[in-house]
Amino acid sequence: MSNIADMFFNLDIMRQALPLLMQGLVMTLKLCAVVIGLGLIGGLFLALAATSPRRWLRWPTMALIDLMRALPPLVLLIFIYSGMPFAGVQMPAFTAVAVAFLLNNSAYYAEVYRAGLQSLPSGQWEAARATGLSMPQTLVHVIIPQAVRNVLPDLLSNTIEVVKLTSLASVVSLAELLYQANMARSVTYNSSPLVLAAAIYLVLLWPCVRLVSRFQRKLSI
Amino acid sequence: MTPMLEIAGLEKNFGDVQVLRSIDLKVARGELVFVIGPSGSGKSTMLRCCNRLEEPTSGSIFIDGRNIMNALSADLNRLRLQTGMVFQGFHLYPHMTVLKNVMLAQTKALKRPKAEAETRAMDMLGRVGLAHKAKAMPTELSGGQQQRVAIARALALDPKVMLFDEPTSALDPELVGSVLKVMKDLNAEGMTMVVVSHEMGFAREAADRVVFMDGGVVVEQGTPDQVFGNPQQDRTRAFLSRVTGAE
Ligand SMILES: Nc1ncnc2c1ncn2[C@@H]1O[C@H](COP(=O)(O)OP(=O)(O)OP(=O)(O)O)[C@@H](O)[C@H]1O
Ligand SMILES: [Mg+2]
Repeated sequence: MSNIADMFFNLDIMRQALPLLMQGLVMTLKLCAVVIGLGLIGGLFLALAATSPRRWLRWPTMALIDLMRALPPLVLLIFIYSGMPFAGVQMPAFTAVAVAFLLNNSAYYAEVYRAGLQSLPSGQWEAARATGLSMPQTLVHVIIPQAVRNVLPDLLSNTIEVVKLTSLASVVSLAELLYQANMARSVTYNSSPLVLAAAIYLVLLWPCVRLVSRFQRKLSI
Repeated sequence: MTPMLEIAGLEKNFGDVQVLRSIDLKVARGELVFVIGPSGSGKSTMLRCCNRLEEPTSGSIFIDGRNIMNALSADLNRLRLQTGMVFQGFHLYPHMTVLKNVMLAQTKALKRPKAEAETRAMDMLGRVGLAHKAKAMPTELSGGQQQRVAIARALALDPKVMLFDEPTSALDPELVGSVLKVMKDLNAEGMTMVVVSHEMGFAREAADRVVFMDGGVVVEQGTPDQVFGNPQQDRTRAFLSRVTGAE
């Protein structure tokens, strides 16, 4: 019994590993900031294109979104990191991870936004255009705020998925939280750093998960 | 004098279906034209062509003598400020207060300074009897109140013509009166109005002219007494006996 406590919950080892894990956490948060920030923006533009009345814009965008959602993100990541150099395109691990996850994640955000945009009655468009608002003004002041509000729980759910997704970056040796924890494990021959990493993910994401549940309860009332 | 609104040879097709076939209609300054007709006759489509919310297939729309069919799409937004439109479903912006609803297009489309837009919005809300609801959200209002806010939102842009598409059809009967009263006052103050509606009592009291549409054409028009009291066309008679019989 004390053996298990020693292998998984060794506080001494956790204390030693903490600085390394904190470095990893910073990297994870940086990655999240890029992928979530740009993903939220990119996804919105993709969604606007995917709901455009112009067919030449709508169809290619929808095809791109489908493709990105169907490809496993790890396949995309390894292709970009290890496959592209054969075509002469080499990038640092951080860039490769950011690009791969951004492509994947923008497509997911786009689907969420799209549902929000399509949930709005066409009367909102008509009322705005009838009062002389331009298309961009209508989008910015009338359509997008309502669309986002309608899908806020789904946007947040997807954001949680992104944070979890970043742990895949350890595969290409990007020194994010999981990678650093695994490193500490192999150095110390002890699993406590992994437990600590899991605890950090939990502390990070549990409030978000609660928030999503709260939203969903409120919406179902 | 040039009419405030003139529709000339207006045609509209949806795909192969011809919904409007050569509509001609002139509305004089300050006139209230009341449009009736069976469902699907093209009343809404005609109104929506007047601000190019629906793109006409052919024909001309003159507002105060200017043909808006010649306008480039950039000018179109400015030209739409000249026509206020009120919808059956109100279409207030649910994420903004009543006051913001009435201010939005003033500040963004008309580029009015904020303070001026607010003063103007409060004036218009006062005019429809809802100044005390300025801070409320649209969902907190009754249907009749929402529709009056929608009227204030359109009026705040100083339109030359007001277009109403069944403004009271979605309202509980006891709320209809307050909206019709606002519309009557508006016309009494000189606003040019085209009203699509089934409120025949309102037409008798307030309309200068009644237009009966069927199958995408104007079948008959005249004063309310003429059209309701002594309709000339069989189709008009059939329609009127149907609606008054149902009421
Ligand atoms: N966007 C559209 N696409 C295709 N057909 C349409 C469209 N809008 C209207 N129509 C058709 O045009 C015809 C006229 O419609 P419109 O809404 O103008 O009639 P209406 O007189 O306003 O009828 P109601 O009294 O029911 O409101 C109808 O047959 C309708 O189905
Ligand atoms: Mg209609």
